[in-house]
Amino acid sequence: MNTKTALSSKKTIEFREVSFRINDILKRLIVLGVSLEIPQGETLVLLGRSGSGKTTLLKLINGMLLPSNGEVLVDGRSTAAWDPIRLRRSIGYVIQDAGLFPHFTVAENIGLVPSLEKWDRCRTAVRVGELLTLVGLDPAEFAGRHPRELSGGQRQRVGVARALAADPPILLMDEPFGALDPVTRAELQREFSALARRLSKTIVFVTHDLHEALLLASRIVLLESGRIVASAPPQEFLRLDHPEVRAFTASLAVTPGASP
Amino acid sequence: MNPQTTWSFFAEHRAEIFGATIDHLTLVIIAMMIAILIGVPLGMFIVQRPTLRTIALGIASVFQTIPSLALFGFLIPIPFIGGIGKRTAIVALVLYALLPILRNTYVGLTGIDPAVLEAAEAMGMTRAQILFRVRFPLALAVILAGIRTATIITIGVATIAAAIGAGGLGTFIFQGVALVSDTLILAGAIPAALLALLADFLLGLLERRLKVS
Repeated sequence: MNTKTALSSKKTIEFREVSFRINDILKRLIVLGVSLEIPQGETLVLLGRSGSGKTTLLKLINGMLLPSNGEVLVDGRSTAAWDPIRLRRSIGYVIQDAGLFPHFTVAENIGLVPSLEKWDRCRTAVRVGELLTLVGLDPAEFAGRHPRELSGGQRQRVGVARALAADPPILLMDEPFGALDPVTRAELQREFSALARRLSKTIVFVTHDLHEALLLASRIVLLESGRIVASAPPQEFLRLDHPEVRAFTASLAVTPGASP
Repeated sequence: MNPQTTWSFFAEHRAEIFGATIDHLTLVIIAMMIAILIGVPLGMFIVQRPTLRTIALGIASVFQTIPSLALFGFLIPIPFIGGIGKRTAIVALVLYALLPILRNTYVGLTGIDPAVLEAAEAMGMTRAQILFRVRFPLALAVILAGIRTATIITIGVATIAAAIGAGGLGTFIFQGVALVSDTLILAGAIPAALLALLADFLLGLLERRLKVS
């Protein structure tokens, strides 16, 4: 397989003093001096309020954005030095509205990166079948459907399958379950958590939901106004003494009788 | 106007009316093919070039505002593309058809769900792949709607082309006006209206088939 580069170092992704400034009149700083190492196989959750810079960090990893200062290394090489097309094809990407291609069937959506990588038809079809089964959709029923014929939860499952198609070592997820109803969301979170453990990929997951972060993360990194303010495994995270951590733990407190 | 005489005129001169309709259709088809060949690629080209986009859409809009009879008149003295006859008429028709095609191509290509474009970029599609495999297929229904509008405009404007000797159904209309004969006017107007309705219907059918919800 030509996309799967052997992971030479243990640090799959590394941020070195990264700042990112929007290139407009205001020149606002979105990310400020972030340093972060993400070892292979970790499920890192970037937690923070809207506008804290989570999505920007994600896009700095696959080269959709390049740092204004500092550098982001993927597999030991700066994203600025990577061919962006090669880099992105070795990184799976899942976004909130799935972003499925409405004119493609489910099978064509999932098979896109393999087809770009010139896999033969037979191998792609086999892979699509495997992935649909993996995300809990019956290939016979779903492969030929169009995205408009799917529910929100099913679309998001297809989005995950599409991101995994070429077996990328890294998976980036930007609030993938954010737009789903609470029941479907809980269902997908549980399934994805089991899936993530089985796949042993490096996953960077963006969310503003502490509950989701606690469920999925091997480490939680909390962002506030473009800076990292806390970084800890889920068990320790809740005990940290930082105002922003407390603000998030307060969001977990529920009145008796409400859903967890 | 007597419906009976109109009807018998139609029956007597059906060969001429049919011939003029074919001439008319030929004029429209040639003009539309040229307009599509210019308008669609130009629309694709200006999507990521804002300055050029303003200029191209501006020029196309200006042509649209010139009264058709005047535009035919302006073109007559121009060498190569001007003069009397079909060639001049086709040039004028192309200029009219350009705006709807250009504008719809641009609107169709830019009006795509940003999440879809973000996903395409993040999956490592090149710019060309995004244009031809994502943007263009998703914009096709909107582009076709522009072609449909342009075709209907062209069928109507082409009747005026008879004023500069391009033939077509306008020949009957101009003769009818000169001779104060409703029958002659109708011999040009009815087939032209039927052509427009037919084109609208067929292209509408195609447009619905290409629409992706």
